Amino acid sequence: MPKVTFIGFTGGAHTVDVPPGTTLMRAATDNRVPGIDGDCGGNCACATCHVYVEQAWFERLGARTATEQEMLNCVAERQDGSRLACQITLTDALDGLVVNMPEAQH
Amino acid sequence: MNAMDTIESADLHAAARARIAALPIDGLNPADPQWFVDDTAGYVFERLRREDPVHRSRSPVPGIDSYWSVTRYKDIMQVDTSHGIYSSEEGITLMDFPPGDEQKLPMFIAMDPPKHDAQRMAVSPIVAPANLNNWQGLIRERTVKVLDSLPRNETFNWVDLVSIELTTYMLATLFDFPLEDRRLLPYWSDMVTANKLTNPDAPEPEVRMAELRKMLQYFTRLWNERINAPPRTDLISMLAHGPATRNMGPAEFMGNLALLIVGGNDTTRNSMTGGLLALHDHPQEMVKLRSNPALIDSLVPEIIRWQTPLAYMRRTALADTQLAGKQIKRGDKLAMWYLSGNRDEAAIASPDRFIVDRERPRQHLSFGFGIHRCVGNRLAELQLKILWEELLRRFEVIEVVGEPKRVRSSFVRGFSHLPVRIPG
Repeated sequence: MPKVTFIGFTGGAHTVDVPPGTTLMRAATDNRVPGIDGDCGGNCACATCHVYVEQAWFERLGARTATEQEMLNCVAERQDGSRLACQITLTDALDGLVVNMPEAQH
Repeated sequence: MNAMDTIESADLHAAARARIAALPIDGLNPADPQWFVDDTAGYVFERLRREDPVHRSRSPVPGIDSYWSVTRYKDIMQVDTSHGIYSSEEGITLMDFPPGDEQKLPMFIAMDPPKHDAQRMAVSPIVAPANLNNWQGLIRERTVKVLDSLPRNETFNWVDLVSIELTTYMLATLFDFPLEDRRLLPYWSDMVTANKLTNPDAPEPEVRMAELRKMLQYFTRLWNERINAPPRTDLISMLAHGPATRNMGPAEFMGNLALLIVGGNDTTRNSMTGGLLALHDHPQEMVKLRSNPALIDSLVPEIIRWQTPLAYMRRTALADTQLAGKQIKRGDKLAMWYLSGNRDEAAIASPDRFIVDRERPRQHLSFGFGIHRCVGNRLAELQLKILWEELLRRFEVIEVVGEPKRVRSSFVRGFSHLPVRIPG
């Protein structure tokens, strides 16, 4: 089972194990990791599962879709490593993924 | 409200439901504002979701005429997230105006990318998380002041003294608008949404436009002050200095003001009233809430779902397409009925119950989804959260002592009057 770590905006890490095929958004919300809202339930339609991914991991996640690009225009503090967690499906190849949280979802 | 009123109102609702069930479905018009005055629109949508979820609806108002009513959660989600097919450029309400009519105001919610994105990004930082933290203290201070000055042991209009007062204060703060003139803001908001064709009590179109020009004049003075000063964090300064907005013409400035005023005013205002009414109508939920105020976190999104202060948003098809088996033609207009999607049992468990500790309460449609999603959603939630924290702390009982009066509009789902009494 892939392991993933969410690092909170003011520090504090949550590491969870999830079945392969789970989205990064669900990995957080199903395990009550604070800081991910996921208001649209995973439709790439609200931008409230925004995370920052460091370059080494970012390149392994695949490209953003056009929809994700557009929805990222809605977030506060967009960065090069910005992704929407509902668009990332966790597999064994992503075991050990670490992502950072924004100050809040908006 | 005494027990007798409640029974009478339940009877009236049962009769309305039966009457609506017996109407021919062909050409049914959910946008008839009378459904909203009587609060019976829910029965129209209940029927459409079951019998004809993407429905060819027809209004007798010439500027509205034929439109598609999209009533199920998943179909609304599909339309709202497909802005390449379903455009906002023709406007967000069902009324059409002749080309060039000044009544059709240009504003970023009624634009498609890329212009939409650029203008939206010019104003969105004001309600970004870092700024919300700054607003928090001020919102609480003003909420406390308003609540502490409410009359005791006498009936007053909650809409006026609480809902309008609090949202108006907030809006004046966001604009850095002179506080002594703040009641101009809800006045202009009402002017923006006024529509003589669907509400005989509304002002004539030329009166409406004359008032909106006064609004433009007032704000142009603020704009001129701010453009000649260093950038600040109020909305007018942000518009005046933002690269995507600083060259707006007067019509576009007026349109975006209209958007921000209605967006920041009519919506949260009606959730402030609708929330109190919902808790009054579901006393066991009020008991739950009072015994566990931490439930305010789920109460707030549940209020916003329950009220759905904007009942729909309109889109216009850019090409022939299919939606839930219906053939949509290029140029057809559609109403995404958020109010209906928020009661869709296929997406939301027990949708006709108001539940303060609902699972996944945030998955409602009231803010819309996709690139036009409400930019002020987190600010709205913060205002409601602070209001309920301070209400619970202060008042053991808030009595709703009569029926609400609802606004004659199928777009803004709101209240003009709710009689309330606070003992003490």
